[in-house]
Amino acid sequence: MLDIYDFYDKMERNNIMLSFKGDITSELLTSILQIMESKLDNLQEEPKIKKKVYNVLVECLQNLYHHMDEVDATAVGDKTRSAIFMIGRVDTEYNIITGNYIKADNVVILKTRLDEINKLDKDQLKEYYKQVLNNGEMSQKGGGGLGMIDIARKSGQRLNYNFMPVDDKYSFFSLNIKITQ
Amino acid sequence: MEKLAIEGTPKTPTINFDINSGALEIKGRSIPENSIEFYKPLVEALEKYAGKPQGATNVNIQLEYFNTSSSKCILDVFKKLEAIHKGGSQITINWYYEQDDEDMLEAGEDYQAIINVPFKMIEIEE
Repeated sequence: MLDIYDFYDKMERNNIMLSFKGDITSELLTSILQIMESKLDNLQEEPKIKKKVYNVLVECLQNLYHHMDEVDATAVGDKTRSAIFMIGRVDTEYNIITGNYIKADNVVILKTRLDEINKLDKDQLKEYYKQVLNNGEMSQKGGGGLGMIDIARKSGQRLNYNFMPVDDKYSFFSLNIKITQ
Repeated sequence: MEKLAIEGTPKTPTINFDINSGALEIKGRSIPENSIEFYKPLVEALEKYAGKPQGATNVNIQLEYFNTSSSKCILDVFKKLEAIHKGGSQITINWYYEQDDEDMLEAGEDYQAIINVPFKMIEIEE
């Protein structure tokens, strides 16, 4: 039998405020953002930290959402359509954790990108952001490669990531973003 | 078309563009998943306006949050305004940010560095 207490205990110890596993839809994002906003209000967080958490949350969740689109539109019910998201708060530190399948072929490209961003300091990130903002390239829905740079900028921390090979075709990509006051 | 009025939602801002008075206001949050679709009517209205702009165009941007998907679209809007400015319409972009919201101030400064139109950073109390 599924050990629900084990789940509970792990989530409790990591102070998970909200978690979700499954298909990421636009409606789901709206609901999660509304719930998190009222939780942040109830915690009476300073507006500054509240905004940072909210902003990073939006980018992380929309990364998952847009990624779902890319994986394979026809693969409904496929495990690759599923993702996991958690947000926890330990003392004054927020942890935003996401996980999703990515094609093994794309691991190197993404890893290189993240490593490049992690090499940059605050001012370099600002310059890089402006450069990508103004490069004229835009994905169909308006993304255009700014998400990870923005997450690094707003959190002020390195992008903490991991790739775990699942099989020949897929790896599981996880990202853990910390936001402190 | 004399006016473009889009009502705000939890994910998209209120937009008011009065072509007769040359006043553009974008206010609220801009975090849609698909921002290109959302900003299309405004970009098109500005393209039309560019053909016969007012002597002065007054632009007020007061965003609480915006996602990176919107940031390129907002740049597009500013590029249209830059062209209108070059064409002779006096433009100042008033960029509002809440007190202590350094990220929003910095975002305004990023645009200011790219766009050749006078910006005015205005702090508002929470």
